[in-house]
Amino acid sequence: MGSNSVVSNRRMPEKMNCFDLSPNSNSDSEAEEVHVLAVDDSLVDRKVIERLLKISSCKVTAVDSGWRALKLLGLLDDEEEDKSSSSSSDGFEGLKVDLIITDYWMPGMTGYELLKKIKESSSFREIPVVIMSSENVMTRIDRCLEEGAEEFIVKPVKLSDVTRLRDYYMATREIRSAESGINVNKRKLQESFDVSTASSSPSSSSASPPSLFSSPAPCSPSSLDSPTRRPKMTSLDHILI
Amino acid sequence: MDRKQLQYQVACMRKSLFDQGYLDEQFNQLEDLQDEANPNFVEEVVTLFYSDSSRFIHNIEQAMINKPNIDYGKLDDYMHQFKGSSSSFGAKKVKKECSQFRECCSAGNIEGCIKTFRQLKARACHFEEEAGNILSAGKTSWNR
Repeated sequence: MGSNSVVSNRRMPEKMNCFDLSPNSNSDSEAEEVHVLAVDDSLVDRKVIERLLKISSCKVTAVDSGWRALKLLGLLDDEEEDKSSSSSSDGFEGLKVDLIITDYWMPGMTGYELLKKIKESSSFREIPVVIMSSENVMTRIDRCLEEGAEEFIVKPVKLSDVTRLRDYYMATREIRSAESGINVNKRKLQESFDVSTASSSPSSSSASPPSLFSSPAPCSPSSLDSPTRRPKMTSLDHILI
Repeated sequence: MDRKQLQYQVACMRKSLFDQGYLDEQFNQLEDLQDEANPNFVEEVVTLFYSDSSRFIHNIEQAMINKPNIDYGKLDDYMHQFKGSSSSFGAKKVKKECSQFRECCSAGNIEGCIKTFRQLKARACHFEEEAGNILSAGKTSWNR
């Protein structure tokens, strides 16, 4: 079975800060499907990724460009500055998504540029962004991960890639939902945790951020299907460094 | 021709596309995504591949018309898109031609580009014809 290189951003767990009121985490989200915004200019790729996501029980919105994606998210309005500075998405009609998966190379706005715009937005920067590319170029992968991409998948995307992503983001969303319910108390605990040394563990709860994200918990990326996470270096003709 | 003979013929045509190297295992993956609830998935993807291919071929041709002033970067970009689409579809031969074209592009080898492009068009047309025959022969959705 062919496996695609999937490189994860090891810094990702640190970004899943339970203190952030992610616009997409709410108490109802546990029962809801993962809503994925898929961005790809290729008709074939859009069709395929849409099908893969639907088979994986995800809700899908598929668009053909980065501009359209930003527009749907509500990041292209004139009031963009005002909206992006607000702490939540309440009050404007931007699409609520749990995950964005985008092709790297697209005419007009690349997936990298889209990634940057999303990470620059205070409303949307917590949304995980996955980049897809038909080429395994290390400099490209590094650039995307440094900019905040959670994963880099080499096309063709397989069903196993999508179900793995879905499982991971479902798990992390549940954690965020669970933690947001005790947000205030956690903030106080975190403050005392920061002040004191790390050894004074505030609680034995597995929801404590340092222990959850530093240890290889079941939902952590490192434990999920590790063989496909190593960059595929076998197809040398695809490496264009 | 009765149904069984037709099915056999369609199966042979399909197998031939794999044997000739026009399709690879990625296409099998797409076939796996078809089910009773989505019986036309493969046919839809084939149709979209035609559309993608036509668009890319047109763009590339336009970019190559002014021979002395070729924008190799643009050509490469278009071919990159075509390669991506053919890779996701499982169009093995087309994908290979795309790679060769890009090599010619990076070398600034316009003659190589033209020659490769002609082959690419021929392969894309041939595939389109054969896949079209399969789809119309069966008058039903693509089946294994």
